[in-house]
Amino acid sequence: MNLRFPFGAPSWPGGVPLPPAERDLGVHYDSDWARSPLARLSRSVIQTSLTNPVVRAITSPTVRGLDRVAHLDEPAIFAANHSSHLDAPLLMAVIPQRWRDDLFVAGAADYFFDTLPKAFISALTLNAVPMERQRVSRTSARRATTLLDDGWSMLIFPEGGRSPDGWGQSHRAGAAWLAIRSNKPVIPLYVEGTGRILPKGARRVRTGKVTVNFGAPLFPPANGDARSFATAIEDSIAALADELVSDWYTSRLRAGASATPSLSGPDAPAWRRSWALTGTKSTGGANSTTKGWPWTAPR
Amino acid sequence: MTRPGFVLEVDRSTPPILTWHGEGYRLERLPPGRSRVIYPPEATEALSDPDRAIREALLNPLGDSKPLPELLSAGMRLTIAFDDISLPLPPMRRPDNRQRVIEAVLDLAAGAGVDDVVLICALALHRRMTESELRHAIGDRVYDSFAPSGRLLQHDAEDPDGLVHIGLTDAGEDVEINKRAAESDLIVYVNINLVAMDGGHKSVATGLASYRSLRHHHNVKTMRHSRSFMDPEHSELHSSNWRMGRLLAASGVNIFQIETTLNNDAFPASAAFLQKREWEWSLRDRAGFVASSKALSVMPPRSARSMFQAIKAPHALTSVHAGEVEAVHAATTRVVHRQQLVDVQGQTDIAIFGLPHICPYNVNSIMNPILVMCMGLGYLFNLYRGMPIVRKGGVAILSHPTPWAFHPVHHPSYIDFFEEVLSETTDPAVIEAKYEERFATDDWYRHLYRTSHAYHGVHPFYMWYWGAHALEHLGRVVVVGGDPKAVRRLGFSPATTLADAFEIASDVVGRDATISHFHCPPIMIADVH
Repeated sequence: MNLRFPFGAPSWPGGVPLPPAERDLGVHYDSDWARSPLARLSRSVIQTSLTNPVVRAITSPTVRGLDRVAHLDEPAIFAANHSSHLDAPLLMAVIPQRWRDDLFVAGAADYFFDTLPKAFISALTLNAVPMERQRVSRTSARRATTLLDDGWSMLIFPEGGRSPDGWGQSHRAGAAWLAIRSNKPVIPLYVEGTGRILPKGARRVRTGKVTVNFGAPLFPPANGDARSFATAIEDSIAALADELVSDWYTSRLRAGASATPSLSGPDAPAWRRSWALTGTKSTGGANSTTKGWPWTAPR
Repeated sequence: MTRPGFVLEVDRSTPPILTWHGEGYRLERLPPGRSRVIYPPEATEALSDPDRAIREALLNPLGDSKPLPELLSAGMRLTIAFDDISLPLPPMRRPDNRQRVIEAVLDLAAGAGVDDVVLICALALHRRMTESELRHAIGDRVYDSFAPSGRLLQHDAEDPDGLVHIGLTDAGEDVEINKRAAESDLIVYVNINLVAMDGGHKSVATGLASYRSLRHHHNVKTMRHSRSFMDPEHSELHSSNWRMGRLLAASGVNIFQIETTLNNDAFPASAAFLQKREWEWSLRDRAGFVASSKALSVMPPRSARSMFQAIKAPHALTSVHAGEVEAVHAATTRVVHRQQLVDVQGQTDIAIFGLPHICPYNVNSIMNPILVMCMGLGYLFNLYRGMPIVRKGGVAILSHPTPWAFHPVHHPSYIDFFEEVLSETTDPAVIEAKYEERFATDDWYRHLYRTSHAYHGVHPFYMWYWGAHALEHLGRVVVVGGDPKAVRRLGFSPATTLADAFEIASDVVGRDATISHFHCPPIMIADVH
């Protein structure tokens, strides 16, 4: 069990360099062993016999939009919203086979790689590679681009961490920057429902229904502008979310008018943000859906 | 090698930050991306042989002063004045700096055959110290040598026969100080310079002065023009004291100044987590925090207060300078700054000040609501150089239980100030004009100050003036976790949690306000550029 500070160890602020004694952990953790043939075989066994069936049983996933990536046959960067620890294993179970076998996950260096046992488990089961939340360092960038150049695909959560309150968070530019640097397409993904099954801070998993919506691949811009590309990725994910509560055409109309509802919720006090999430739910437990979401005010 | 101060930009990986809350503390999570935490420098290195350093300082004075042995002779009148209970904070372990220095001075005086020696505790308008407090400050040897024969005195700012009017400064300020000191051949003043405000001419001109003299710089106008009073070069409080000190020197009052500095080692090893950065907390630190927090949450306030007041800091002597007042003070201030200055870039919309259990005026006492205001807006707010860490019109968030509780012996006039004055107005200028003189000249308060252990009748006014600059500067003050009635009486907004405080603050500074958390104690000075 992962105890919270002060019962558990404190997390390390991103802006503070790690002392030399701990340089083999965090972003400096060497996870190359996790891509050895033996580790890949072990991971495959674990996924097919344990994690995939369990995750599917808990989430009953519905996958939409796969047709949008059917034509794509090259390594890609999958960028998804993030609200639960279930997101990574779920996506590893639903991402098509041609990418799944050569997929690594960008894991928060300060969270998944702060102790040796956590780093080992993360690397073995998810093929996780440590990466900073705030900005991609030279070490992380070199490692990720090397893997992408070697034919691996990457799963990354551009928000940098799970949603603290159910609403999305602003995106970091890391995914866009890596895509430009490695010249790989970005496939936006929207995951709906995992936040109700296992939200941040929850100690118990509730079964429920999840939808994963695949978006059309986005190719890096010729001008190399990572900031605008990051915005395009964020907009695509928001449009995928809009599709789930309206319809494809309505979502396209809104996108065309720059009126796609924001994933980050209303700019309002904390209680109103919570109210907007929980107050509009039906009372059907984790299987329920948010009737009034997303927030209807344009960004 | 000790690490300098540090400003942490809060991100999502930042653990919750320790925030003082009176006789307790909390871990508060700050909004990432718009918050920063200002950490004090770590404790600088202590002098390896303090007694030798003191002797060397007495023999090698700064400025145009002669070595102390040359100033001592048989038949002279020698007065040794020393700082009172308000310094240092928390009180330091024995031996106190004052004991070390006074013993060294007395050794030299005895060698020179000086018989007429009197020790005076420089109280100004503070309460008289108890025997145990005096013994702790100056040591049993000194106490037992002077107290029984009546040669250990506590300054009495209301003794008509014990004061002498020296004259007026160029600015028309009365200078009236302790008669015994003024008429001595030499005053040796022994300081503990905990912050940059302490020492210099303020030692004698304030510590041994009367109300008639103090009112010229302990007033609203002076405080509003001291930005801050922790920055001597921009402090009207200091300017006034310097004018008075120079008048004293010109009038033939001889002062041999001794100033000592301490490092930032404010808490014993068992509570080391109180002065460590949260992400460096060891298992022992975390266990200490959890155990002490749980114990304090079920402990009666009186017991918690006793426990905290019993803390004796392992402060260590880091420098000692002696000689002419201004030369000594300049050297001392450099050492204080080396220990306490932290570079901070720019101001923020909100500043969070977690208030600890102690301030200069509640040692072995209760931090009543007026002292909460003084500690937050007087002391912590003013621990800056350049400009405050919070912008003009910004919000200060104080964290303290702010109980509606007063020590009836130590703070009798505070009770009436709180009930009678603050229920009418919280405007320092109106308070000063309408009420100060009546409290300052009240016979009952004067009697308690002179014969009991009470702060002077005017003292709560000074505490309020201490925060006058902050009150003028800030758009709102919010107190987290305080008694709502007491907080409202102070004119502030009560909030149950820090999140509530941010909500309240958003009315003034908006939703995306930037935040500074002032991680004090240990003491630091934010050098804001």
